[in-house]
Amino acid sequence: MSRASPPPRLISGSTSDRLCVDGRVKPGHDGMLRTWTVSFAAAALIVMVPAILPTFYVTLLGYVGMATLVALGLVLLTGISGQTSFGQASFVGIAAYATTVLTKFFDAPPIAGLAAGLLLTGVVAWLLGLVTARLSGHFLALVSVAWGISFFSLFGTIPQLHGFNGIGNIPPLRLGPFSAVNLRVNLGIIWAAVVLIMAMSANLLDSRLGRAIRTLNGARLMGASVGIDTVRLSRTVFVLAALCAAIAGFLFAHFQRFVSPTPFSLGASIDYLFMVIIGGAGSLWGAPIGAALVVVLRDQFNDWVPRITGQAGNFESLVFALVVIVLLQRAPDGLLPLLMRFKRHAPPHAEPGDDAPPEQLPAPATIPGEELLALEAISRNFGGLAANRDVSFTVHASEIVALIGPNGAGKTTLFNVISGVLPPNSGSIRLFGASATHLSPRHVAALGLARTFQHVKLLPDRSVLENVALGAHLLGRAGLLRAMLRLDRAEETRLLSEARIQAMRAGIANVLLVPAGDLPLGQQRVVEIARALCLRPRLLLLDEPAAGLRLPEKQRLAALLRQLRAEGMGVLLVEHDMDFVMQLADRVVVMDFGQKIAEGPPERVQSDPAVMEAYLGGLT
Amino acid sequence: MDWFVFFALLQDGITTGAIYLLLAIGLLIVFSVTRVIFVPQGDLLAFGTLTVAALQSGHLPGTLWLLDGVSALALIASLFQGRRAALRGVLAWGIYPAVVTAIAFVLAPRELPAISIILALAIVTPMGPLIWRFAFRPIANASVLALLILAMALHFVLIGLGLVFFGPEEAGAPPITDASFDLGSLNVSGQSLAVLACCGVLVLGLRWFFGATIHGKALRAAASDRLGARLVGIDASATGAVAFGLASFIAALAGVLIGAVTPLSYDAGFDIGLKGFVAAIMGGLVSYPMAAAGAILVGVLESLSSFWASAYREVIVFTLLIPVLVWLSLRSGSPEDRA
Repeated sequence: MSRASPPPRLISGSTSDRLCVDGRVKPGHDGMLRTWTVSFAAAALIVMVPAILPTFYVTLLGYVGMATLVALGLVLLTGISGQTSFGQASFVGIAAYATTVLTKFFDAPPIAGLAAGLLLTGVVAWLLGLVTARLSGHFLALVSVAWGISFFSLFGTIPQLHGFNGIGNIPPLRLGPFSAVNLRVNLGIIWAAVVLIMAMSANLLDSRLGRAIRTLNGARLMGASVGIDTVRLSRTVFVLAALCAAIAGFLFAHFQRFVSPTPFSLGASIDYLFMVIIGGAGSLWGAPIGAALVVVLRDQFNDWVPRITGQAGNFESLVFALVVIVLLQRAPDGLLPLLMRFKRHAPPHAEPGDDAPPEQLPAPATIPGEELLALEAISRNFGGLAANRDVSFTVHASEIVALIGPNGAGKTTLFNVISGVLPPNSGSIRLFGASATHLSPRHVAALGLARTFQHVKLLPDRSVLENVALGAHLLGRAGLLRAMLRLDRAEETRLLSEARIQAMRAGIANVLLVPAGDLPLGQQRVVEIARALCLRPRLLLLDEPAAGLRLPEKQRLAALLRQLRAEGMGVLLVEHDMDFVMQLADRVVVMDFGQKIAEGPPERVQSDPAVMEAYLGGLT
Repeated sequence: MDWFVFFALLQDGITTGAIYLLLAIGLLIVFSVTRVIFVPQGDLLAFGTLTVAALQSGHLPGTLWLLDGVSALALIASLFQGRRAALRGVLAWGIYPAVVTAIAFVLAPRELPAISIILALAIVTPMGPLIWRFAFRPIANASVLALLILAMALHFVLIGLGLVFFGPEEAGAPPITDASFDLGSLNVSGQSLAVLACCGVLVLGLRWFFGATIHGKALRAAASDRLGARLVGIDASATGAVAFGLASFIAALAGVLIGAVTPLSYDAGFDIGLKGFVAAIMGGLVSYPMAAAGAILVGVLESLSSFWASAYREVIVFTLLIPVLVWLSLRSGSPEDRA
């Protein structure tokens, strides 16, 4: 089935084409000129188009614009961070009713209605987010159906909202003496909002937090391992998506000047999901494409299907749903990737200056010989299976300790216990001199422990540079607003420069712009190492770093680890390549059936009878 | 509320809970084999009820023509896929619908309840494999999200067809039995027992199917490791068809059973399917006993809340479920599993 093969991968060129290797931003005349031209063209369009269009299209475009706003939030929520919501129409409704009540019944200016709508929606979403941010896929989808149904019924039953009769004659938008009675003015306002929100969303995605948001989609463990607060972040994205819907709701109330519960039903929420999936959930541009398609198709079908069948109200949504099915079958990832196929992409290439010597990095803040990690009698069970039993050892600064043992000896479990992924059943962990037995992965990362994973965890669609830069998450401070308003550029430059330097140290500077998933598995492991180095760790945990590497690459990796050791870093590694381990490690810890069976310098461990028995099944 | 009312509500709740359980099982089978969240299963349930109702009133139901039409398409498509596929296609999509149509023509005017029920099952069951064949199989490897959205769209197609076939009126199915028993001073309806018995037989039958037959084992293999199953020669397309066939049979049966208790309209299936989905989610989409407990819980909750505040029944059921879902979700650990 050739159609099922993944579409060609696209990587964002936006971060890379403005940076040179020392991390300085080259604004570049072209880029600036392009940005200004685009902005000017957009502004001109927003002013001109409404002025000359027939009224019918003005209304239609208005609906497309408002749907785009909701869909943009949903792209962030569903497409980028992987949380499916069947309840976005509820948020549209909350804001629409909020501004309606304020402006019509209390005579407040619309700007107060907007503020109230945003505030109310934000609070509701935040409260729902307390629950949903921890929920995984199907749970969230189901809970969102639940609130979708609940709010719809609430809009219909609260007597002050006039039930299904709706509320009409909502005052138009006005600011001071200017009042936007004219639909065309409203259309301009709607699309100005679309452009603004879209630009802000694009800025967000192209930032430190944007990278972090992408880890929410199926790579939360990795996100936590680089210090991202995934629960809080997914709640933030959830609230953002709700606020996008709220802005649409505010505009909707004053554009249509009539609200009733129907446009805020579960069915409407499903339509918003249709838009995002048909347009392409992976990119912001999927939102306007999907919104335009769904709104226009619905309108057209409502118009001509009854004319063909001679019956009103029976076949429109049937025909619409059939079209959705066919579209999904032809383009399961949405129309956008299909359209992008026709756009030419410059092939990723090494940039000049990649061989420049790395800038001097601060050495890890360790005291020579300091104890970094001490495990004391760690035990961890899975049901009746003891994966770790009474394991104790230490790792010091400027030391490489190798953890070896046959498959199933419990090495990876021990890594997970140390890095906070699994709590130990008994025993204690001391990290950098303080107790760390019950810390979460995020806190462990913040203390200065970085790790890689046995099963590589990368964002396969994103560039190597972005993947590595994820490791620098904790080096940045910029929040949501700064990222959206692009006030984070100095910091972003610093983070990307750090990522470049670490990538160069790890030897992957020549593939910085390649999607990480396109690299061979061995190279993907090196990307993980570079990402871990970006945390500027004092202690580095590597799970089978040399697996899948060719000999020269292994030698390069060994050299890097030696250099890190010389700088004062402690390294704990699990590895099956004995040559690699024995020439590199200062000390070797051998595990079998969850227990430590030997510990010592490589040469002594190699001749230990217990070790030989574990590996070779006994020679006696 | 006195003890008798409570018992009546409990009995109601357990009966509907059993229906939700059937749907949950169907959802679990389809999801674990194909990753499709089979939203339109509830619509097939409504098809089941309304098809029986049409047959009982002496009409040939629109679903019969739907079966004939889509089968013809499948037959034509199978003719281009080699001799074996063509042979199978002629049997499944040529002879079978022809026989069903012929029987319906001859026997429908007699309005015999048993015949109507069997015919309804025979008409609705093939819809599952046909849905798989034309809707899901072409994008079987797409993301769970894309499959879910496709299922949603399919739901709209089916209710659109339901409205065309059956009109907006509600209709019910004949009860399997009119008997009722007095247990002390409590009345137990025979239909409730029949529903529970059907449910029990089906669960045991599925147990046997999955434990002892080669098709059942193939399905289990495909559910636990799709790629591995393909590598040992299990036909992914065939397992998908079997899974959808089981789900649509279950839906049709549930429709026949619930139709005798509650008359349904063409669009009533979605809510019922949603509650089956809730039950399935409670089973974590993996565990059948948990799904059974969840289904009974949903049924009883719904029955009790309909007594106190029937207008808010749906809202109460879903709102009360949120804490349960949250607890389950927290218990299942971090939402990492989708990587």
